[in-house]
Amino acid sequence: MNMQVDIPADAEANRILKLACLAVGGQGGGVLTDWIVAVAEANGYVAQSTSVAGVAQRTGATIYYVEMTRHTDRLPVFSLSPSEGDVDILISAELMEAGRSVMRGFVTPDRTTLIASSHRIAAVSEKIEPGDGRANSEEVLTACSLAAKRLVAFDMETMAVQAGSVISASLLGALAGSGALPFAREGYEEVIRASGRGVEASLRAFTLAYERAMRRDESGDVIEMVAVDAPAALPAIRGPEAMLKKWQALEARVQAMPAPVAEIALRGLRKVVDFQDLAYGAEYLDRLDKALALEPAARDHALSFAAAKHLANAMCYDDIIRVADLKTRAHRFARVRKEVGVREENVLQLTEYFHPRAEEFCGTLPAFLGAAIEKRPKLFAWVDRRLNKGRRIRTDSARGFAMLWLVGGLRPVRRRLLRHRVERAHLEEWYALALATVASDYALAVEILNCRRLIKGYSDTHVRGQSKYARVIGALDMLRGRDDAADWLRRLREAALKDEKGVQLDGALKTVASFA
Amino acid sequence: MAERSFAKEVQKLRMGAGEEFSGEGILAITKALLENGVGYVGGYQGAPISHLMDVLSDAQEILGELGVHFEASASEATATAMLSASVHYPVRGAVTYKSVVGTNVASDALANLASGGVTGGAIIICGEDYGEGSSIMQERSHAFAMKSQVWLLDPRPNVPAIVKSVGDAFALSEASNTPVMMQVRIRCCHVHGSFIASDNKRPEFSVRDAMENPRRDTARIVLPPASFLHEKEKLETRKPAAIRFLKDNKINEFLGGATGKVGIVMQGGMYNGVIRALQRMGLANAWGDTDVPLYVMNCVYPVVEDEFLDFCEGKDAVLIVEEGHPDYLEQNFAHILYKAGRTLHLGGKDVLPMGGEYTGKVMLDGISAFLRDHAPDMLTAPLRAPNREEDAGDVPDLTGKIPGRPPGFCIGCPERPIFAATKLVEEEMGKHHISSDIGCHLFSSMPPFELGATTMGYGLGPASASAFHADGARRTISFVGDGGFWHNGLTSSVGNAVFNKSDGVIIIVDNFYSAATGGQDILSSRATNKTKQTQNSITSAVKGMGVKWVRQIDHTYDVGKMRATLKEALTTDVEGPKVIVASSECMLNKQRRVKPEMTKAIKGGERVVKPRFGVDEDVCTGDHACMRLSGCPSLSVKTLDDPLRDDPVASIDQNCVGCGNCGEVADAAVLCPSFYRADVVHNPNERDRRRDRFRKKVIGWLQTRRESGRLVFQEA
Repeated sequence: MNMQVDIPADAEANRILKLACLAVGGQGGGVLTDWIVAVAEANGYVAQSTSVAGVAQRTGATIYYVEMTRHTDRLPVFSLSPSEGDVDILISAELMEAGRSVMRGFVTPDRTTLIASSHRIAAVSEKIEPGDGRANSEEVLTACSLAAKRLVAFDMETMAVQAGSVISASLLGALAGSGALPFAREGYEEVIRASGRGVEASLRAFTLAYERAMRRDESGDVIEMVAVDAPAALPAIRGPEAMLKKWQALEARVQAMPAPVAEIALRGLRKVVDFQDLAYGAEYLDRLDKALALEPAARDHALSFAAAKHLANAMCYDDIIRVADLKTRAHRFARVRKEVGVREENVLQLTEYFHPRAEEFCGTLPAFLGAAIEKRPKLFAWVDRRLNKGRRIRTDSARGFAMLWLVGGLRPVRRRLLRHRVERAHLEEWYALALATVASDYALAVEILNCRRLIKGYSDTHVRGQSKYARVIGALDMLRGRDDAADWLRRLREAALKDEKGVQLDGALKTVASFA
Repeated sequence: MAERSFAKEVQKLRMGAGEEFSGEGILAITKALLENGVGYVGGYQGAPISHLMDVLSDAQEILGELGVHFEASASEATATAMLSASVHYPVRGAVTYKSVVGTNVASDALANLASGGVTGGAIIICGEDYGEGSSIMQERSHAFAMKSQVWLLDPRPNVPAIVKSVGDAFALSEASNTPVMMQVRIRCCHVHGSFIASDNKRPEFSVRDAMENPRRDTARIVLPPASFLHEKEKLETRKPAAIRFLKDNKINEFLGGATGKVGIVMQGGMYNGVIRALQRMGLANAWGDTDVPLYVMNCVYPVVEDEFLDFCEGKDAVLIVEEGHPDYLEQNFAHILYKAGRTLHLGGKDVLPMGGEYTGKVMLDGISAFLRDHAPDMLTAPLRAPNREEDAGDVPDLTGKIPGRPPGFCIGCPERPIFAATKLVEEEMGKHHISSDIGCHLFSSMPPFELGATTMGYGLGPASASAFHADGARRTISFVGDGGFWHNGLTSSVGNAVFNKSDGVIIIVDNFYSAATGGQDILSSRATNKTKQTQNSITSAVKGMGVKWVRQIDHTYDVGKMRATLKEALTTDVEGPKVIVASSECMLNKQRRVKPEMTKAIKGGERVVKPRFGVDEDVCTGDHACMRLSGCPSLSVKTLDDPLRDDPVASIDQNCVGCGNCGEVADAAVLCPSFYRADVVHNPNERDRRRDRFRKKVIGWLQTRRESGRLVFQEA
C-alpha cells in the first residue's frame, strides 16, 4: 500500500520544530517557554507549549516543551512531550540537566542543537558528602559536545546576574544567537519588551548571551566551561620592617626548595605565620626539611609536596583564637560587604553564631589547668553547664567586636594552651609515622600524609573526623608490606569522605580485613 | 493567595461568540463550563488541576455575575457530595480534582451519586496524574467508572477538543441520568492553545431556583428497595441511553483511512502521540492526515460495541493503544470479538508496555512493531527491517554520573528546621518509627533528612502510626500538614488518636496554606480572604478534639526550641497523643507577598532591614555538616582558589532570604562558627548612621592597632 496522504510539496510547511527546555525548579523555565511561543507566533508560526508544573517551584528537575510549525489554514497535530531522538533544540538551564537530556536520548547528533548553561547547581546528594561529592562537569560537557549536532554552552547564569537579570533572559539570547530558530533577533527583543517586567535588565542579559552565542568556533560550536579562578596571585605582605626582614629570610629558605614544593610551601608558610608568628613559620620549615631530606632522587617530591600542604593545615588548627582573629580582620569586613552587596549608603549589621562548650574553654586554658579540669568529669560537666549555649555576637557593635578582638589577641600565649599541646602531639605522631614509612614504602608514606584531609570541622564533626582518621590509619597494620598498600589507603580515605557516619569506610575496612 | 494569579487571564472568560480564546487548557475548561450554563462548581486542588481551582477562585466575580456558585471544597468527597444538587434538580454542576487520589477520597460519595443517578448534568473533571512527573501511585481512574457505572470521557488533548468534551459531558449526563467523569492528562491541563468562543450562558435552572422550590423523590435515595432498582436501572436504562447518545452524537471519531487491513484503536488522550509516531514513520503529515484507519475513543467507558465491530470489519489486525494497567479496554475488546466470532488479530499490550506512560519512543516502537508484523508494506525499508540499534558511538555513558534531582524544600522553607530538629533528636535519642503524610513535608523522606517510613494518604500520617501501640515502648512520631489536617486529619488522625488513647507524637506542620498544591487558602490560613472564613486555629481544633498535651510553636526556625519541644513530647508522662503545632509561613508564598512590598519600601526611602546569611570561607573547613542538616538550595559548595584546601567550602548565594535556619542549625547542632547573619539597613535613619560612624571608628582603630604588630597577608 502506498502512502496516499497528501504530503505538501512545501516540505517546510509540514515540518514541526521541536524544542525542549530542561530547568531546575525556580529557574523561570515557564517564562522562557512563553517567550519562545510568542516569538514563534509573531513570526507566522503556530506553537504549542506544555509543562509538568507540579514540582517546578520546588527545586526538582522540570521539562518544558514547545512545538511549532508554519501557520496554515489547518491546525497541526502537536505532541505533548519530547521524544528520544526527535528534538531539534534542547535548552538546558544547568549543566547536569544538559547531561540528563543527553542520557535520556533527547540530544542526538543528527539534529539537536544543544544550548546549555555550563554553570552548576549542586544537587543535595552532591552537597552532603563530607569530601567533594560534586559530579564531573568536564565529562558531562564532553558528552554533550559529542551527542549534539551543535553545542552552545557557556555560563549563562553569571552573565544574567551580571546584567541584573535572571537566566531565562540569557537563555533566550543564546537561543537567538545560535540561529537554531528561523527568527531574527529583533523579534526576540520585541517579545521581551512586551513582557513589561525588568525589561532593561532582561535585554542586557539577552544581548550579552546573543553576542557570545554568535562567536562560534569553526565547527559551529560555542563551548566554554565556567571560568575557574586560577590560584590567586599572592598579595604583597605588609608589616613592620623588622618582621618583614625575618620573613624574607624564611622566604629565602622556601625559594631554595625544588620548584613544585616551593610553590605550595610558600602558601603554607604564609598560612602558618598568619596563624601564629614568624617562629611558627620557622618551625613549619624545619618540619618540612625533614621530608625533603628523605626525598629519594628518583621521586618527584610527592612526599614533600604532601608534607608542605598538610603540615600547614595541621599546624593551623581551628581554635577559638583563630576564629576570633579571622572574624575581626578588616579584610573580612570588606569581603562580607562585597558578598552581601552592601552599598555605601547602607548600614551593615553583623551577627556571628558561636556555641562554645567546655571543650573549647579548656582548650583555651593553660595546658596544666585545662587538662586538670578535663580529668575531673564533674567539674568539666559543671563548666559545660555554665558555658554550653548558643551565643550571638554582634561584630558590628563596639562591644561584640572588642570581645572577639580580645580573644583573637590571645595569639602570643597560644603555645602554652591545652589545645596546642593536644594538636601538636597528634601532628608529631602523624608526621613521624609518615616519615618512618618512607624507607619501606614511599607511596604509602605520601598517602599517610594525605590522610590529614580527614581531620576537619568543629566539635562533634571534628571528633568524627579524628575517629575516621584513626580507623583509616589503624588499617596500616593490615596493609604494610603489600604492593598496593598505598592504593588501599587512598581508597579507605576516599571511602571515609563519602558519608558522615563512615558506613562506606566500614565496608572498605571489611574488604581490607578479608584479604589481610 | 494562590501561587499563580489568573486575575488577568480570567477576563478572557467574558469573551463572546466568535472571539478567539487562547490560553491554557484549564482556562479553556472553565470557559467551556460557563458556555454550557453550569449552575455550580466545586473541587479540591492538586496537580494537575490545581490551577483550575485557582482560575475558578480568581473568576468568582464573573461566576457571580452569571449566578454560578463556586466553592473550594474541603475534600474531593465534599466536592462529589456537592453534585447531589443535580440529583433532583435540573441544575448543571461540575467538580474537579486530581485523580486517582482525589477519586479515592471521593469514591464513597461517587458510588452513592451514581446509584441514585442525576437529573441535571453532573460532571467530574479528573486531572489524571499518571506517568512522568507524577507524584502519586500509578493507577487508573477507569476502574472507578466501571465499578460505579459512571461514564468516562477521554478527549483528544487539544484545546478545541476538551472544550467540546465539556458540552458533550453535560449532555451525556442528562441523556443517561448518570454522572460523567472527564479525564484530562497532566500535560493537557497545561497545554496552550485556542478555540472560537461562544457566549456564556446563565444556568437555565440555578441553585437559587432549587432552594426556592425544594423537591424530593424517595426512589433516588440509596436505601432498599430503591438501591436494587438503581442497579437494574443502571444496566437496563442508563447504560443503553448512554450508548445511544454516544452513537447518535458521534462522540467517538473514525479518522484516517476509511479502508485498510489494519487499524488503530485508541483512548482520545493518546491521539496526538499516535499521530506523532505515524508522522515519524512517514505515515501522517503535520495535520494528522493518514491512511491508517483510526478509531478515537473520546469516551472510553462505556464501550460502543457496534462501533468497534464496524471498525474491525474487513481488517486483519487492530492495535489497541491503551495507557496504564489493567488493560480494561483490551480485555473488553477481546471479549467482544470472541463473542462475535471474529478471528482478526488484536494487538495491544503485546507490543506496548503494560505499565507506564506512553511516551513518544514507546509509541513509535510499539506501533512500528505492530505494523511490521501486520502491514509491512506500509513501512519504508529501514522501518521494515531496522538495523541493529547503532552504538551510541563516542558519547560516553553518563549513567550514574548525573546526580538525581528530586523536588525538595524551597529556599528558606520553614519546614526544614522542623526536620533538622527531628534529625538532631534522633541522633540523641535513637531512631523512632516515623509516619509521614502527603504535602511538601514529605520531602523530608529525601536526603539530607531521610526521615519517615510510610505515607498512606492525605491527612493519614498519624492514623498510619495507630497500630504502634505498646505500653512504655519508644513513641512513634507522625507528621501531618495543615492541608491534610483539615482535609481529613482532624477526625481520621487526631480524633482517632484521642479516642484510642494513642501515646504517639503528632507534629502538625502548619505553613498557613495548602502549600504543595500551590498555596491555596485553607481554614487556618492567616490571610484575610474576601470569600472565605480563615484564621481558624489548629491548636483550638486539636484541643476541642480532646488532646491534652498541645504545644504551639510560632517560629519553626528556632531549632533549639523545636528540638526541646519534641524531646519533651517523647518523654512526658501525660497520657494520650502529644501534639506539636509547628507554624511558620510558607516561604515561597511569603516572598511573593513580601518581596514587592520591600522593594517598594526601599525605593520609597523607608528604613528597611534586609537579612541574609553568609559563610566565612576561611573559617569553614569544608566538612558540609551544615548541609546534612539543611539541603537549602541557597546553601551550596564552592571551590576556593587555594591549593592548600582539598574540599569545597560552604557558600550561600544571593537568593538567600535570611530565614535564619543556617545560624540556628549551626547553633543547635554545635556545628561551626562560620555562619554570619548580615542585616543590611536600607535608608538608615540618623541614629543608625551616627551609631555606625562611632562603631566604625572604634573597630577601625582596634583593627589598625592589631595589624601594626603583625604581618598582614591579605590585601587591605
